[in-house]
Amino acid sequence: MPDNGKLKLGLYWAASCGGCDIAIVELREKILDLDAAADILFWPVAMDFKYKDVEAMADGHLDVCLFNGAIRNTENEHLAHLLRRKAKVLVAFGSCAHEGCIPGLANLYDRGSILERVFLETPSTDNPDQILPQTLNALPEGEVSVPTLFNTVKTLDQVTDVDYYVPGCPPQAPQIWAVVEAILGGQLPPKGSIVGANQKTVCDECKHNREEKRIAKFYRPHEIIPDSNRCLFDQGIICAGPATRGGCGALCPSVDMPCRGCYGPPPGVIDQGAALLSAVASVVDADTEEEAARIVGEIVDPVGTFYRFGLPASLLHRVKQPEG
Amino acid sequence: MSDNGFEPRIVGFLCNWCTYTAADSAGVGRMEQPANVDVIRVMCSGRVDPAFVLKAFAQGADGVIVSGCHPPGDCHYTNGNYKTFRRMPLLEALLDQYGIEKERFHWGWISGAEAVKWAQLVQNFTEQVRALGPLDWKRQLASKEE
Repeated sequence: MPDNGKLKLGLYWAASCGGCDIAIVELREKILDLDAAADILFWPVAMDFKYKDVEAMADGHLDVCLFNGAIRNTENEHLAHLLRRKAKVLVAFGSCAHEGCIPGLANLYDRGSILERVFLETPSTDNPDQILPQTLNALPEGEVSVPTLFNTVKTLDQVTDVDYYVPGCPPQAPQIWAVVEAILGGQLPPKGSIVGANQKTVCDECKHNREEKRIAKFYRPHEIIPDSNRCLFDQGIICAGPATRGGCGALCPSVDMPCRGCYGPPPGVIDQGAALLSAVASVVDADTEEEAARIVGEIVDPVGTFYRFGLPASLLHRVKQPEG
Repeated sequence: MSDNGFEPRIVGFLCNWCTYTAADSAGVGRMEQPANVDVIRVMCSGRVDPAFVLKAFAQGADGVIVSGCHPPGDCHYTNGNYKTFRRMPLLEALLDQYGIEKERFHWGWISGAEAVKWAQLVQNFTEQVRALGPLDWKRQLASKEE
């Protein structure tokens, strides 16, 4: 490809929902500016490229690769290593690549139980021969292989070296554009930086009024119609705002839905779930051990609530696996 | 030393004013206790971020103890131990979901005058964790991937 002075950009999705790619399109008319400034050499969700096109590139041919999606099978891992070689700058783009996100909740289970649930147990499944996916299949035309599912979902930086992180599920368009501008302007921060986000928590961007917290009962979002002026957390709705990096503009709380934590932990926090657990439990309105245990005992699914977007990146990464 | 040679590694987060004093007295008083607990002195049990406990398990602890001053009135900071008894039951539920046996985590109260209680806790908890065997979180993360 002739060198026309434009940025050579690659975009890839591993274990993800496609929302991060939609977020790029959410740049709207600015996508034309992106096209003017960059040649997109790889973007499977939007354009017809093959893996062999990437393999044919010289190492470091791509200036930047925005990699979204977690790593949960051999194909994801292969592409992570391949794109690391082909890109000068590898960006973990979006919550899945950054910290595992919703696919990472699979770390509450293991490969065997996931396959059984999906292919045998779900009510809509019709699988009388109890067939589970095989990684190698002998067909008349020859042997066909499909990627192997891992037991544990990993973040991008758990399998390869990552230069920058753009948090969010998905990253918000204005933040993406700021990152693109920084890349185009050559104003790259130190390696390992989280870009396209803020240094304070979601609470700092939230418009709801906060008072002193004394929570006597926790509500799940469907159990209460909240007061739109008051802090949702003050009303007993578990809101991840205090333990989540800002940058989204407090989108969810602005429509009375609690923050769920997709921008990951704020600076200085090593484990988002522990920070949220601590924030939630500390303000329980209980002056005896029995009362405290009763109130926090009503919280359903602590791991799924406190680590909704970050289980693979948490201190423990996953639940303990069955023996044998 | 047990038959299989397993010596549990236990991390104890003890508050400066009560349980650490008790542990100190137990040592000065030459009370018999196994040497399996690595004590980390914190100013208050309410200072124990749940992340400390998770990090201990993630980095190889087989058991963790959090101990401070008796509620309601013993806390040097008035109500730091209230934070402890609000957080620890939720942390217990979290550890349970992670599949970490409840016998590997103990939290409670030991005052500065209860050195004997500390020595007994160390003896009993060490044997309790020994019976469970190693947790070895790092190995268990690495296992089962082709």
